[in-house]
Amino acid sequence: MTMMTRTLTLTASLATAMTLAAAQAHAEDAMEKCYGVAMAGQNDCAAGPGTTCAGTAAMDYQGNAWKLVPAGTCATISTPHGMGSLEPIKDM
Amino acid sequence: MTQLPNAPGIGFKPEHFDALRASRPDLGFLEIHAENYMGAGGVPHAQLTALRADYALSLHGVGLSIGAPGRLDADHLARLRALIDRYRPESFSEHLAWASHGEAYLNDLLPLPYTPQTLAIVCDHIDEVQQMLGCQMLLENPATYVLFEQSTLPETTFLAEVVQHTGCGLLLDVNNMFVSASNHRFDPRAYLDDFPMQAVGEIHLAGHATEDLPSGPLLIDAHGSPVAEPVWALYAEVIARTGPRPSLIEWDNDVPALPVLLAEAARAGAVLAQAGAMADA
Amino acid sequence: MPDPFTTALAAALQSGALPPGVTARDPAEAPRRFAVYRNNVAHGLSRALATRFPVIERLLGAEFFAALAPLFIAAHPPASPRLFEWGGAFPDFLRTFPPLAGLPYLADVARLELARGVAYHAADLAPLSPAALAALAVAPDTARLALHPSVQVIASDHAVGTIWAANQPGSPPRDITDRPEVVAVLRDRGLSVQVWPLTPPEAAFVTALRDSLPLLAAAQAATCHAPHFDPAPLIGRLMQAGAFIAPSKETP
Repeated sequence: MTMMTRTLTLTASLATAMTLAAAQAHAEDAMEKCYGVAMAGQNDCAAGPGTTCAGTAAMDYQGNAWKLVPAGTCATISTPHGMGSLEPIKDM
Repeated sequence: MTQLPNAPGIGFKPEHFDALRASRPDLGFLEIHAENYMGAGGVPHAQLTALRADYALSLHGVGLSIGAPGRLDADHLARLRALIDRYRPESFSEHLAWASHGEAYLNDLLPLPYTPQTLAIVCDHIDEVQQMLGCQMLLENPATYVLFEQSTLPETTFLAEVVQHTGCGLLLDVNNMFVSASNHRFDPRAYLDDFPMQAVGEIHLAGHATEDLPSGPLLIDAHGSPVAEPVWALYAEVIARTGPRPSLIEWDNDVPALPVLLAEAARAGAVLAQAGAMADA
Repeated sequence: MPDPFTTALAAALQSGALPPGVTARDPAEAPRRFAVYRNNVAHGLSRALATRFPVIERLLGAEFFAALAPLFIAAHPPASPRLFEWGGAFPDFLRTFPPLAGLPYLADVARLELARGVAYHAADLAPLSPAALAALAVAPDTARLALHPSVQVIASDHAVGTIWAANQPGSPPRDITDRPEVVAVLRDRGLSVQVWPLTPPEAAFVTALRDSLPLLAAAQAATCHAPHFDPAPLIGRLMQAGAFIAPSKETP
């Protein structure tokens, strides 16, 4: 196919696609108004966990040079380099 | 002051949207945290628009940082103004607290000492808010965990002065008062005696958490449980003094199913009805 | 300008030291009582970050995430009370955090989660009407289709869409082989945020439209990847989702 023919073919297929999509969308017009799946709001005015909080213990992990390893579901994902680094990093 | 009805309301949580739309419970109003509705569009605004048609609305800010020295965030004020223009809420309220430092938002209602200097700062800020928003605001008493050596004014005097200087109203959070009274060992009834009751435009009720410290319990404003019995008792005393006022059930952590909130609201409603009946008698 | 009082308190919220003037009814307990604020700030921001990046939290595990979050918060605290806008720096933070060097897909999963937040809050713009689309079909070579601001393309060297989908609430962990993927993130007419896997030509097509190229140029970009690319299914899906919007003004 020449460049010109290719462009004409593509233009034609776009015209078909748009006409089709417009016709389909007419059928969708009756789609019920809905309110989606709400994500939780991140702002509130509640206080947290009192005097004990893992969130402020990060300094301990830091002091430990990140001996903690990810324990979530990342272990199920294999990368070209293996299953990911689940070995603790000793020196940081 | 506030245009909210003297009836119980609940803090709106998105997970309750379908249940609220389906059952349309008899509530005086819904309250939202303004910052969660500062996006351009999408679900938050669609839900709020739908609910607004059925309920009176209280816009409750958590991020304005009224209690810190320095200028208020003009962009944030403009966003509040845009929300007020769009939804025409019956009330706007914020906290006697600070939440931002420099360029960083700390996401907590932090305490301030009560002095003539901080009073002047808070009054200037509330003047600016009311001017920018074009409406009277309600200022909420905080739940606090520490005291400041610098403080020279009781909280009630501080709030009364703010009301006198700015003409703002007050949001009396009965749980906050109880939490602070327990933490600082003051008599909540004496606090109520000194509180400028004529300025109360709304009441908040929430659950708190308790931890035991050597000197006694430490109460935390956790919003994750039912309103405690002593807080209900104080609420009844407040309503006896103010007459019926818009009364909100707040529940932000471990949010229960809607009927649990409605039962709490109904309990507040019974207190309001009793006070209303006594006023009519 | 930050003043001495809030500066001292904000510093103490980080360090854990008791700021000057802070006391309690029993002054010996002032540090523990002040710790409530310190924990509120740390915990509140950590949970706000987890709300924005639930899949990252699931991938890392709650304990690792809770340890990581304070480091990110200290380096990139939210600049405004609108917490839903916070976290733009998180993908790069994950990419450059040495203990996570062996999990190179995390940054792109975080980009996908950021894009979902953007789509969720994007402006409400009226979809292109079917009549307007049909009218444009008369001259597809010059037509331009504007995309809704929620539509974003995330291209990755990793299986970003598969990893994200496999870590939705209720999905049991399963073995995933990492490979390059591209997804579109968009909000549909029902206001639900969608994550669509895209083939390479589809990705080229949507990216070109995102870059405001005319429709024909977008289709040509797609045919670079697949000479026989048929745009009809994708145009149909985008139209159905409300991803095309009415142009704000006519292109001259």
